[in-house]
Amino acid sequence: MSEQPLIYARGLVKRFGDFTAVDGIDLEVAPGEAFGFLGPNGAGKSSTMRMISCVSLPTGGELRILGLDPARDGSRIRARLGVCPQLDNLDPDLSVRENLTTYARYFGLSKAQARSRADELLDFAQLQEKASSAVEPLSGGMKRRLTIARALVNDPDLVLLDEPTTGLDPQARHLLWERLFRLKQRGTTLVLTTHYMDEAEQLCDRLVVMDGGRIVAEGSPRSLIETYSTPEVVELRFADGVDYAGKLEGIGRIDPLPDRILLYADDGDAAVAEVHRRGLTPSSVLVRRSSLEDVFLQLTGRTLVD
Amino acid sequence: MVTTMLAARISPSRVGAVINRNVGALRSGPSYWLVLVSGFFEPVLYLLSIGVGVGALVGELRLPSGRVVEYAEFVAPAMLAVSAMSGALAETTFNFFFKMKYSKTFEAVLATPVKPFEIAVGELAWALVRSSVYTGAFLVVMVALGLTSPGWALAAFPATLLVGVAFGGVGMAISTLMRGWQDFDMLTTGQFALFLFSGTFSPVQDYPAAFEVVVAVTPLFHAVELVRGLAIGELGWGLLGHAAYLVVMGAAGLAFAARRIQRTLCV
Repeated sequence: MSEQPLIYARGLVKRFGDFTAVDGIDLEVAPGEAFGFLGPNGAGKSSTMRMISCVSLPTGGELRILGLDPARDGSRIRARLGVCPQLDNLDPDLSVRENLTTYARYFGLSKAQARSRADELLDFAQLQEKASSAVEPLSGGMKRRLTIARALVNDPDLVLLDEPTTGLDPQARHLLWERLFRLKQRGTTLVLTTHYMDEAEQLCDRLVVMDGGRIVAEGSPRSLIETYSTPEVVELRFADGVDYAGKLEGIGRIDPLPDRILLYADDGDAAVAEVHRRGLTPSSVLVRRSSLEDVFLQLTGRTLVD
Repeated sequence: MVTTMLAARISPSRVGAVINRNVGALRSGPSYWLVLVSGFFEPVLYLLSIGVGVGALVGELRLPSGRVVEYAEFVAPAMLAVSAMSGALAETTFNFFFKMKYSKTFEAVLATPVKPFEIAVGELAWALVRSSVYTGAFLVVMVALGLTSPGWALAAFPATLLVGVAFGGVGMAISTLMRGWQDFDMLTTGQFALFLFSGTFSPVQDYPAAFEVVVAVTPLFHAVELVRGLAIGELGWGLLGHAAYLVVMGAAGLAFAARRIQRTLCV
């Protein structure tokens, strides 16, 4: 039983009319894993998540969630899932606490169970002081934490988070990451989508990179970086409009972007020294560790966040 | 057939949870209560102004059976049917539409074990609560004014529930088709036309013959005839026909609404 994947997909397809949002993907997510979908907007991440959350049915391919078929057992599967959608759909007519207790009732919890569960989750989401507030005045970060708390109300086997920190300020993101990390440490299986590479690196044990409805790469954040990038990247900016790409040849792989040139190198400082030795004078130089952003750029030729 | 059987596998606890959400929303503030109270008074005001006020000029009215009743006795059951209709429609149109389209409440609910059909049933049941509070209070007013007897009031009450089911079901169905708030103007106009021309203020037999046929297919006419028959104790087999119309209307509306929730939100 523990060996059975929580999510199993083969050739999964989702079409809307003539538009193919998900174009034949294979997936397996094991219990306890933190799994991520990384990709730009429109890559098919949310459509995949909606199929996994058994709200939308696949157009083609095979899908098993918790070993069950969503077409037949959608309600039974959803009873064991926690879903945090991309846009908060908290209930504006209910208080913070009622949003949790009301939601608990949909899962068949009794009134008393719902109340005690709401208390635990208000603590977890650090919203105890806001318990009787309406939802509207909450900050973006608080709403997100409440939505995540709501997703945990049934003590789910699998938690699905669609872009959990999109649109939040850095402080709110870090607090959220810390909460999600706690969940992960407790052994909760997390599946999330993101177009932030730092989020994927922080939270995911394993991820797939999606583009145009397909999976273009798969692995741990580290292994993806090792496979598709170099340990370090030098970002060079030049004040004048001269094409420097040719003058940098031989130092390392080059990616000329509209505003800067990326230079992939095993040793960033050595690459910078070589740039200077060639008599080139960039207006700014940044040596940094390679990231999933670079992996994505390498795989698709585009940046993640445009 | 298979889908009907699957749809019938509904969980009372999940339907209860859908109703429970609406009970919770009652506590959100006084604005909802204001709407609730004003909705009740509208038909009461019509009863007093037209039924009693204009009724003083009209005098008595002869029913097809030959029985003679006060004009107010004739109008009151129609206003009772109207209050069942407006109570159910208010919940299943404005509020339902808001939850479906704007606040994404149903979207959140559909991520839980609750099924589209269970949402539709729960919302209809809630609409029925509002509708029956209106009609229950209205019947008390009617008894107090001597426009019906307590016995016939008790007989008419279940009929008003059926009227609530019929209009609640269709109200939800219409809401799932609404594109935006501007469409509600049409609904309001339609509702007002039904209110005026469903044998509410004058017997349909007094309408031009062709128009009488048109009225006979519209829903409030059947609601008024059924409720009036019971409230003034004019029983006849025809009442069963009116009841059957309302049963079909409610069931069709409910099934259609559930299907539309599924098709618009589960994609």
